[in-house]
Amino acid sequence: MNRETTVILDGVGVKRALTRIAHEVLERNKGIAGLVLVGIRTGGDYLAQELASRLEEIEGVAVPVGSVDITLYRDDIKSQSAHLPVGKTDIPFSTEGKKVVLVDDVLFTGRTIRAAMDAMMDHGRPQCIQLAVLVDRGHRELPIRADFVGRNVPTSSKENILVTFDEANHPVEVVLEKP
Amino acid sequence: MAFKHKDILGLQDLTAEEIELLLNTADNMKEISKREIKKVPALRGKTVVNLFYEPSTRTRTSFEVAAKRLSADTLNIAASTSAVQKGETLLDTARNIEAMKPDIIVMRHAISGAHDYLAKRASFSVINAGDGSHEHPSQALLDMMTMREKLGTIKGLKVAIVGDITHSRVARSNIYGLSKMGAEIFLAGPPTLIPPGVERLGNITVCGKMKDAVEGADVIMMLRIQLERQGKSLLPSMREYSRYFGLSEDLVKLAKPGVLVMHPGPMNRGVEICSSVADGANSVILEQVENGVAVRMSMLYHVSGGGPTE
Repeated sequence: MNRETTVILDGVGVKRALTRIAHEVLERNKGIAGLVLVGIRTGGDYLAQELASRLEEIEGVAVPVGSVDITLYRDDIKSQSAHLPVGKTDIPFSTEGKKVVLVDDVLFTGRTIRAAMDAMMDHGRPQCIQLAVLVDRGHRELPIRADFVGRNVPTSSKENILVTFDEANHPVEVVLEKP
Repeated sequence: MAFKHKDILGLQDLTAEEIELLLNTADNMKEISKREIKKVPALRGKTVVNLFYEPSTRTRTSFEVAAKRLSADTLNIAASTSAVQKGETLLDTARNIEAMKPDIIVMRHAISGAHDYLAKRASFSVINAGDGSHEHPSQALLDMMTMREKLGTIKGLKVAIVGDITHSRVARSNIYGLSKMGAEIFLAGPPTLIPPGVERLGNITVCGKMKDAVEGADVIMMLRIQLERQGKSLLPSMREYSRYFGLSEDLVKLAKPGVLVMHPGPMNRGVEICSSVADGANSVILEQVENGVAVRMSMLYHVSGGGPTE
């Protein structure tokens, strides 16, 4: 079955969006002090790395980057026939009192973000949590919004947004799949 | 790859892929025990019953900690303090517990096959925490997790298992698991304690002398002499056993440098293992215990998701 696909952000578009988000993060937080990035697996963790390298280019200081797996925090864990494999949560620094920027590829229902925020709270009490996403496709089911958005894409709930990565886990493009 | 079993009764029933999935999940769950808040909500609202017909400290507490770290509610029933003492049958005990709507029962029983009997009659999941001299899957999984963590892989490892093979459920589960994962197994022990035809269970060589089993080994797994399970006639004396099948520093030197020394516990120091080896640089006995919690979290998580095979 061939699905109709449209490229929403090409390689250059993704790079520009991430660069802009990096500047917005710095502007909002008045620099890099106390900032940590946590990417949501899988996809968000790769984007968090990208964002961190841009922040380092601009500020000249490395930002701590971690990744969080939210499988054990999902709210649909009982309805799945077999449980999903659990990925590794790797946050090798304290988030206590830090400004945590959660990074994800696509913001949709908001349930993943709810789970990720619960996971973050179990790692310590951050000063604040902000959310950066490459694509916001709407259809929220929880009162959650992103602080930094690469591209807003109005979608129907039957469509699918796909962020692709190359072998080195660098983002390639963002594609909209129609049913 | 999805885990589709309602129960985990033994490693004989699992494929290499399923064992690998359980080990991968355990690797990733290990981090939870290092957090400040050692708890995730995955099994919130589930009830896990530990039903132990035989004494156990390590396995029971490890399963209990594992269930609690996944936010399940746990309760412990020890046969020695329950209505079993008044003559209640296993099935009646199980039916009564079932009426309280548990989701998972973790059971240890002295009779091989008790879990199979129960699992076929129960709506809840059954995890085998040791049945007679049959299987002890969580122990073998934590052993394999420790090997993978320390040596990178299980495939191609030379593993010596020494002691009372006949009565050891730890040995049997490891034989099934390690064979499926591609390790080579070398067994040593008194001829009276090695079951005839054991070679047919997996990739096994039976060695007459302990020296032949440990020579060049990547892993030496010592077993406890189970005085409660054997007749008196199988061993002439503990002293003789210790002399021929106890792990000394000299024997460790015959193995590969960096060999892992394992023991499922509880140890009989000075019988099957001398103290300087048990506490020495090659010993990973306490790492085994630490990994035990992660492996049991993985087992509880996967059985609670795995329905009957469609």
